[in-house]
Amino acid sequence: MANTFSINEKTISRVEGHGDLVLDVKNRKIEKLMFRIPESPRFFEAMLVGRKYDEPSHITSRICGICSVAHTCASIKATEKALDIIPSEQTIKLRKLIFHHECVQSNALHVYFLAAPDFFGVGSVFPLVKTHPEVVNIALRVKKMANDMVRIIGGRAVHPIRTVVGGFTKLPTTEEMKMMREMLKASYSDLEASREVFKTLELPDFERETEYLSISSPVEYAMYDGNIKSTDGWEIDDQDYYTKINEKVVQHSTGKHCWSSRDSYLVGALARFNNNYQQLSDNAKRYAEELNLKAPCYNPFMNNIAQFVEIVHSVDDSIRLIDEMIETGLDKDKAIADIKVRAGRGIGVVEAPRGLLIHDYTYDKEGRITKANLVIPTNQNYANIEKDMEAMMPVIIDKSEDEIKLACEMLIRAYDPCISCSTHFLNLKLVNK
Amino acid sequence: MGKPKVGIFGFTGCGGCQLEILNLEDQLLDLVSAVDIVHFTEAVTEHSDTYEIALVEGAVTTNHGVERIKKISSIAKVIVAVGACACTGGLNCLKNLYGLEKAKELVYGDRKDWIDSIEVKPIDSYVKVDYYARGCPPNRFEIVDIIKALIIGKKPEIPNYPVCVECKRNGNTCVYELGMTCLGPIARAGCNSRCPNNGEGCVACRGVIDEPNVNAQKDLLAEYGLTVDDILRQFNLYNACEGKRIEQGNKL
Repeated sequence: MANTFSINEKTISRVEGHGDLVLDVKNRKIEKLMFRIPESPRFFEAMLVGRKYDEPSHITSRICGICSVAHTCASIKATEKALDIIPSEQTIKLRKLIFHHECVQSNALHVYFLAAPDFFGVGSVFPLVKTHPEVVNIALRVKKMANDMVRIIGGRAVHPIRTVVGGFTKLPTTEEMKMMREMLKASYSDLEASREVFKTLELPDFERETEYLSISSPVEYAMYDGNIKSTDGWEIDDQDYYTKINEKVVQHSTGKHCWSSRDSYLVGALARFNNNYQQLSDNAKRYAEELNLKAPCYNPFMNNIAQFVEIVHSVDDSIRLIDEMIETGLDKDKAIADIKVRAGRGIGVVEAPRGLLIHDYTYDKEGRITKANLVIPTNQNYANIEKDMEAMMPVIIDKSEDEIKLACEMLIRAYDPCISCSTHFLNLKLVNK
Repeated sequence: MGKPKVGIFGFTGCGGCQLEILNLEDQLLDLVSAVDIVHFTEAVTEHSDTYEIALVEGAVTTNHGVERIKKISSIAKVIVAVGACACTGGLNCLKNLYGLEKAKELVYGDRKDWIDSIEVKPIDSYVKVDYYARGCPPNRFEIVDIIKALIIGKKPEIPNYPVCVECKRNGNTCVYELGMTCLGPIARAGCNSRCPNNGEGCVACRGVIDEPNVNAQKDLLAEYGLTVDDILRQFNLYNACEGKRIEQGNKL
């Protein structure tokens, strides 16, 4: 029984980065609850000032090792918009393909390596090597498949090389395209086996309805391009993001907090699922149904399942994209678009694995950045994580302190916070007051 | 060394180096059975403060970071700096170039005093580093090679020749021929010239070799009507912190 206690957890593990959770409960009432980011910020918005148009995508890729493709693409889109560069249709298709597989890699890493250990009651994926070798081997194969896809298209799994402003410096060969198709096809048996394992996991039964924000497109399950859409009933052009998304500096965190229609909102796989369920492949829809994930879903822990369903969709959609590209063939002349430097502002919005990602650049007439603003998925979720925790507390208050601590950590992990995007991990120490 | 206890630590960076360790995939299970990973925040909850080898990712950019790296150094027998941020300060050093106070103000405005941030430095500015697994991202196989060498008590072999050597061996067309610039003549190899292989110039993310043939770089620039200033921007991407040191040694 924990009527009065304090959790001051430093470096919560199995999240990407560093962060702290501070929780003080007195006589069953929350006195203080802060999810904070104490790590040094990186100052990318300052680093970008003065850089030439072909550099920002390589620089901002280094914001996050896990979602480097997403940062690269958001950056390229912002620059192309500002400089009025029109990439070829072939380029867009290849970008969508590489984008899918960063998402598969990142979702797989989170679902299998970072979140799953909680459901098996262990502290990391490594003990599972002995107890659940089949799950670990599946996890490694799915992750490797996705990384190999990114390696083939981008030249490297982390921080891609070939993806540049205007297009690609080098194209995959026809043989590589066919090989990727085979790799994708071969992954289905692992996805089916995973689904059976995930069916047996018991996720906490906790719901809190909030605002869900993602990009959305009438033609596809939007990841690379689309309008910004809210479950609160509005949809805007991505160039107008600042009319709806607000940011503020808060003292306990180096990551800025965001709000839109309400005091907090959620971004990521669950938001995409809630906004764009209809555009999922039929196969992915079947997986969702079997795993009891229905839109709209208000349980943040189900974000893990939404991420898995997205892996299935990405594999399906990749095969479609590859078939189209094999059919038409890849044309070297369409690899890179013409670039003419001019002054202007451009905004690049994509769905990083962890949610809505915005790069906003202003260029001078020499093609150098004069102003940059970056809106990072994890920052957007901070306020919502705090609100969820407040709402969850009455439900778990009668559990032991260890259980409360674990529940809080699991909730934070469910959001898959990529804190390195803005900074680094959570640390937890439980002290009785 | 037997089965050594290994701690993997992250400082300021993108987490990509720790991810490259997880990306070992085919070798990951062998690695975790050959060593005892006692601290790996990105992937493991349990942690211990007893370890012989520390793999350190990221640059030191806060006062808190200075304390942490010193504590790690007081425990570990061997420190391996992993990735560009740990080895040279990496891209983070662009913050120094821009100006620390100016950067704080630009990003956090009048709330800038809430932020703990100091001049970016590589970890060997504070503690002795035994080995460097360089690059952004580092070559994950090189990380394994270093650990293997440490287990069998050998000195890990880190290339000390320029990227041009690997690039020639790979039969690439020189990227200067393609109208780009490249730091290949002075940059440290070990990446298998991965950027030129993919149609991009080398940015020396693995730093500069110990005794760079600066004349070779200058000759190449002259051949294409360029000067050192034309590649300084490229050089500074990963080596802004090293710049001063190299300038003082008149190496560029």
